[in-house]
Amino acid sequence: MAVKIIAPGLSTTVQDLGRPGYYHLGIPISGGMDRFALRAANMLVGNDESAAVLEAVFMGPEIEFTTAATVAVTGGELPPKVNGDERPTWEAFPVKAGDKLSFGFLKSGARAYIAVSGGIDVPVKLGSRSTYTLGALGGHEGRALKAGDSLPLGQGGAGKGAVPANLRRGPGNPAELRMLPGLYWHRITAEAGKQFFADTWKVAPEADRIGYRFKGGKALDFVPRTPPFGAGSDPSNIVDACYPYGSVQVPSGTEPIVLHRDAVSGGGYMMLGTIISADMDLIGQLQPHSPARFVEVTLDQALAARHDRQAAIARVRDHLQR
Amino acid sequence: MSIRFSFGGDEHIFAEVSEEMSLEAFFTSLSMTNAVKQAGIKGVTEICPANASFQVKYDPDQIKPGDLLRELQSMEGAASKSDATLKTRIMEIPVYYQDPWTHETLMRFRERHQDPKATDLEYAAAVNGLGSVEDFVQAHSSQPWFVSMVGFVAGLPFLYQMVERKRQLQVPKYLRPRTDTPKLTIGHGGCFSCIYSVRGAGGYQMFGVTPMPIYDPNQQVSYLRDEMCLFRPGDIVKWKPISRDQYDADIEAVNANKFLPTIRETSFSLTDFNKDINGTNAKLMEVLHGR
Repeated sequence: MAVKIIAPGLSTTVQDLGRPGYYHLGIPISGGMDRFALRAANMLVGNDESAAVLEAVFMGPEIEFTTAATVAVTGGELPPKVNGDERPTWEAFPVKAGDKLSFGFLKSGARAYIAVSGGIDVPVKLGSRSTYTLGALGGHEGRALKAGDSLPLGQGGAGKGAVPANLRRGPGNPAELRMLPGLYWHRITAEAGKQFFADTWKVAPEADRIGYRFKGGKALDFVPRTPPFGAGSDPSNIVDACYPYGSVQVPSGTEPIVLHRDAVSGGGYMMLGTIISADMDLIGQLQPHSPARFVEVTLDQALAARHDRQAAIARVRDHLQR
Repeated sequence: MSIRFSFGGDEHIFAEVSEEMSLEAFFTSLSMTNAVKQAGIKGVTEICPANASFQVKYDPDQIKPGDLLRELQSMEGAASKSDATLKTRIMEIPVYYQDPWTHETLMRFRERHQDPKATDLEYAAAVNGLGSVEDFVQAHSSQPWFVSMVGFVAGLPFLYQMVERKRQLQVPKYLRPRTDTPKLTIGHGGCFSCIYSVRGAGGYQMFGVTPMPIYDPNQQVSYLRDEMCLFRPGDIVKWKPISRDQYDADIEAVNANKFLPTIRETSFSLTDFNKDINGTNAKLMEVLHGR
């Protein structure tokens, strides 16, 4: 019981809900960037929501099944095909042994989640099957998939159903990324702070599982200071500190970088604040050059948004169990 | 020293012990994170000490952010009063300074450097007022370093030089970060040295390489079978300059999985260190060399 990789796509990795507990060693949580889509894909094929799936970015892989299974593709709009015939996204469909799954061109979003009944059964490393490519840890041999790889499948259950469009979640246009200011926000001037939220930014080509860079807004003005010992001379430098997931660092005050699931755990650039947990999924679906705005929220608003997202997942769960 | 707390979104509390680096700030950060660990607070999922700050990640569905903040603040008094003594390890890291691999890499990224006509070591020697690269290597390797943070990428140690502040080597980071750094490069930025555990991007000046693995995700290396990352905050490191021949011999031993690093158990008292830096370091060297 396995899937064979005929062509890997651009960068396809095995991901689950991640590897908490090792950030203090510089090993990030990893796991699907769009966890809403990852959970939905697993629900559709009858898996535990935390089972390992394939995360494909921008371009789908080509896969052959050695066994009959149920498959679902969620997340970005990457149309699946079985032996060349198109299948719907956000809907469970069966495959037979010998069937080939391929994909058309990406229509929207950035990442697709391909769940197979039984889950991708690569070895568990530090409690997770997620791939952390920078540290060559987890997934299949610690790396993105290559042609010729064979991935074992777990024992599958039965899956069925579809997630209707009104229950899905994706970024708007421009994407609105809610941020709680804090951390080193006091390093920039009040004027620069206003401008940061007023500007419309664009996703830069340097956007990956570690972090998303944004361009096109005005450079930030810093409050003058004498550099603290050990920080470095640039006004954006701090004594190397921990970086929260979702934190927004701005090296030299020019291009904000939002750290994501494969975050570097710390470093020496000031952070303006943190994207709230509810909006991390949305970042994973942004393509380079797409517009985005940062929206200021309070901690209470962040917690309310967190509950809204949990409710959205619960609605999918309820819908599929009916 | 009063700790500045800030919410990092809805899942993190970030705490800055001090804006500037010092061993006092590091020890406060370490005793705070140890206290948080011992308290076993429900909902806390990650506890990360850093150089002069720390971070706690939590699940706000299990503990209210405000409640966790108050709990952390209540620990501050005890942490700053706690005795700055550590049971720790001292280890020797062989370094092949001026190696061909970091040299090849630094030449590729010369346009991102402050001084495109010099090597990173030549630049580092000049900005620290040292006459030659040899003098700089001597200053870098003669006294031990303290691991004040592990992170950035898997198992990477940040190291703080155990000398008086006026003797500490300081070198700016590259003007723009490189997209490539050889694995196991000894780097330096600001007042910190580091060992790049994996190949990848980096902005620190590059001085040399160590043959000694410090991170093994496959847990095959004899001394990395239990823990895939060698370093822990509080470890003490002594660099040992080695020749190309020694480097090649060490690599051969590493490949045969016969390389054994010199690591000794020891203790460290910040009070004793501040009273007599040279004397404390001399004692550490005795422990390292088994005398």
